[in-house]
Amino acid sequence: MRFGVVVFPGSNCDYDSYHVLNSVIGVKTDFIWHKEKNLSDYDLIVLPGGFSYGDYLRSGAIARFSPVMKEVKNFADNGGLVLGICNGFQVLLESGMLPGAMLRNKNLHFICKHIHIKVNDNKTPWTSSYNNGDVLRIPIAHADGNYFASDDILEKLKKEGRILFQYTNEQGDVKDEYNPNGSKLNIAGIMNEKKNVLGMMPHPERASEKLLGSEDGKKLFISIVNFLKDK
Amino acid sequence: MELKKLLEQHNLTVKEYERIKEALGREPNITELGVFSVMWSEHCSYKSSRIHLKKLPTKGEKVVQGPGENAGIVDIGDGYVAVFKIESHNHPSFIEPYQGAATGVGGILRDIFTMGARPVAVLDSLRFGELDNPLNRRTFKGVVAGISGYGNSVGVPTVGGETCFDDSYTYNPLVNVFCLGIARKDKIFYAKADVVGAKVFYAGAKTGRDGIHGATMASAEFDESSEEKRPNVQVGDPFKEKLLIEACLEVMDKDLISSIQDMGAAGLTSSSVEMAGRGGTGIEIDVALIPKREEGMTPYEILLSESQERMLIVAREGKEDELREVFNKWDLDIVEIGKITDTGKFMVKENGEVVADIPVEYLTDNAPVYDRPYLNIFKNRESKIEKKDIKPDKKIEDIIEDMLKDPNLAKKNWVFEQYDHMVQTNSVITPGRGAAVIRVKGTDKFLSMSVDGNPDFVYLNPYEGAKRIVTEAYLNIVTTGATPIGATNCLNFGNPEKEEIMGEFKNAVEGMGEACRFFNTPITGGNVSFYNETNGLPIKPTPVLGLVGVIEGKENIIYPDFQDEDDLIYLVGNIDFSFDGSYFIKKYYKKTMGMIGKTPMETAKKIGDFILSERCLIKSANDVSNGGIFTVMVESAEYNGKGFELNIPENIEESLFLFGETPSRVIMTISPKDKESFEKEVEKHGLSYMKIGKITDGEIKIDKNGKTVYQNNMENITEKRAKVIPDILKNRK
Repeated sequence: MRFGVVVFPGSNCDYDSYHVLNSVIGVKTDFIWHKEKNLSDYDLIVLPGGFSYGDYLRSGAIARFSPVMKEVKNFADNGGLVLGICNGFQVLLESGMLPGAMLRNKNLHFICKHIHIKVNDNKTPWTSSYNNGDVLRIPIAHADGNYFASDDILEKLKKEGRILFQYTNEQGDVKDEYNPNGSKLNIAGIMNEKKNVLGMMPHPERASEKLLGSEDGKKLFISIVNFLKDK
Repeated sequence: MELKKLLEQHNLTVKEYERIKEALGREPNITELGVFSVMWSEHCSYKSSRIHLKKLPTKGEKVVQGPGENAGIVDIGDGYVAVFKIESHNHPSFIEPYQGAATGVGGILRDIFTMGARPVAVLDSLRFGELDNPLNRRTFKGVVAGISGYGNSVGVPTVGGETCFDDSYTYNPLVNVFCLGIARKDKIFYAKADVVGAKVFYAGAKTGRDGIHGATMASAEFDESSEEKRPNVQVGDPFKEKLLIEACLEVMDKDLISSIQDMGAAGLTSSSVEMAGRGGTGIEIDVALIPKREEGMTPYEILLSESQERMLIVAREGKEDELREVFNKWDLDIVEIGKITDTGKFMVKENGEVVADIPVEYLTDNAPVYDRPYLNIFKNRESKIEKKDIKPDKKIEDIIEDMLKDPNLAKKNWVFEQYDHMVQTNSVITPGRGAAVIRVKGTDKFLSMSVDGNPDFVYLNPYEGAKRIVTEAYLNIVTTGATPIGATNCLNFGNPEKEEIMGEFKNAVEGMGEACRFFNTPITGGNVSFYNETNGLPIKPTPVLGLVGVIEGKENIIYPDFQDEDDLIYLVGNIDFSFDGSYFIKKYYKKTMGMIGKTPMETAKKIGDFILSERCLIKSANDVSNGGIFTVMVESAEYNGKGFELNIPENIEESLFLFGETPSRVIMTISPKDKESFEKEVEKHGLSYMKIGKITDGEIKIDKNGKTVYQNNMENITEKRAKVIPDILKNRK
């Protein structure tokens, strides 16, 4: 098993994902330079957080033209697992691999803090180690995490069970007041139709070691490993 | 133009001009005059502070590099070093808050990675005027947004700091940014160009007209025309900085360069001159080769530009092509612009024609040094607080409500939640909880860091006040279980040409020096910011100390947060109570008042020794500072959602107990089963203590003489404290 973390110019959570996958989860993981064209060695591609190309335009809008993204698309089309965290989620939206777009947070500020999200489905490659309805304490750190999509897209996401994570309180109640950024339906993470592509704003790699205040995100990576083992 | 006006524009005196002529043996041309003006500015030359800074302790067994380089370096063991410094960006942050603060972060980051260290933590010490003034709200919001915009993008966490409000900062806000990086001890790089013949490269952003004379601006008072200085403020590009960090660390790792310096204040000029100066060599560059953003720039403008995100690099012989390749990979400009010479001269050409030719020593070691006159006695500052002063005509519950709603004592989450304080996944103790603690990956070590200042104490008594700041910083660090190993200071003062200000400076430096010697925390570098003064009104003297400590092993980290219900709460150390210099007095009497007695540094040291030797008895520790016991109790209870029961001793007035401020004391909590051994050990260390209460599951109850004088719960209080700053910003446009 081998994982790859894409490095765009301006990625800044690339080391964090690399660290957790290599040293905490124990899967051999490489950095993948954004000009790389061969992903055939990998079982999981992570698009990490950060400010790709400075994000001076819309977040992720330039990164989608990066040479590696064509390969990431092919990789996903062939069933490979692609995880976009924070800026990585934004890149997935901009590249059309997931539907919808990101708006500025409703308070117009960057927000970095621990929040709660709920796991809606544990029958996915990403969540088999969780129970349905598990509430995770996990950090967010973004300025553009206010997920937006048209009503029919939202309806489709709901119907197809593709809203994997929603913002909640500690008890798992999905309400406006527990939504840190104003996203539609409290969306924190969504999948593509085949569920092999996941984009999420919260940072599981920052919640994988007890020392850092929470390890609720670690099971996401363990789920991935288990899924790939059973495949 | 007549000479007098020209000198005035360049902030040079007639005497200094005479010295320039002596150095050159002729009249300078306009380019050379510009070079002298920035290199001899207070900001670059430290001409008023140098003789006093020599009194600071700078050596120690752990110190690898003291002052004089881009940053200080201390050995943290296991083959690693910590590289750190604090620097001010005060003047630009008033004129253009967002860019001023953003480029302040950018500048200090470059000082750190220039030495081969990856920046892993930023802390900032921010001071603004009070928020009821719209000007201060604008500055405050802009500065926080600037730090957030820049720091978040480059991916270096802002893990702590302080944000305070006092009207002496209305026209001179302080933005002091501390940065720490980690390097391998055998991979440190210096800004010392000692290889004659080596090729000099320019890398990073293109040069524009921004920031010309920034260093000179930071060396003068403000007046009504300060708004016009906006073009002197640089504009930052954090994306470019991020690429520079990666490219520079890569060429260092591959050993392609022999020395490197960033272009900070006074840009290309100071970086060239300082590199040659430290190496005892000369340097020759051609400005026509510099990548430029605008056409028609003169040599004067190119040499003085403070455009951001630029580096000057001396290549290792034969490695030039590999060096270019790395920068090209990161899509950054890199151009050969000259060479290191043995002439001892700063030689600047434009298309081969000489435009400046100055002996390097006159720009560095032989720059002017002043022993400015100073006062040692400060009139109308310290005064006895009369008994009638110590109790406002209010019930204790109303006083507590006032204090909870005070922006200075409120929770600063509006600030630190805008900073990415978790990126790099090392943040163990996060902002708002005392000193910051981060882990050092690849080792079993943790670093504890704080930035501390308290201008009220220093205003009342510069010498003792500065000692108090060091004492407080020391306690901040040891309460996390860390052994302090090194410090950096940022000295913010008014106009040094005034005797009173120079006296504040001299005394504060001496006090700081004495305390740093006492606590064995050498100062490895820092920054002086004078002329924080507008229309003749100076800021309060504000020396800020950045202190770094090491914790060996995660089991030795002490958290500031209350852990378990029924744990006992102790006040350890100085158990005297006083309102002198306290925030309570300043709030209710609109004046900084009191007598700052001799700082009980011995008590603080004993507390430190006790904590480090009896660590296993202590479940949480937090030092008592601004806002007194009540404030620190609330901060300690907040993170784990605990509460507390307090018993105020009979003979102490409620507000004095809760909000009085005396130095050298710490709140510690312990398990009830350890009561006896704890008390015995505290006594054995020669410390006084008071058992003042216990931890609850969220209720807050304060009793005196068997009667409850205040009751609330933590959820309520946390919500209230978190809303103070956002509410002020929301309700007043």
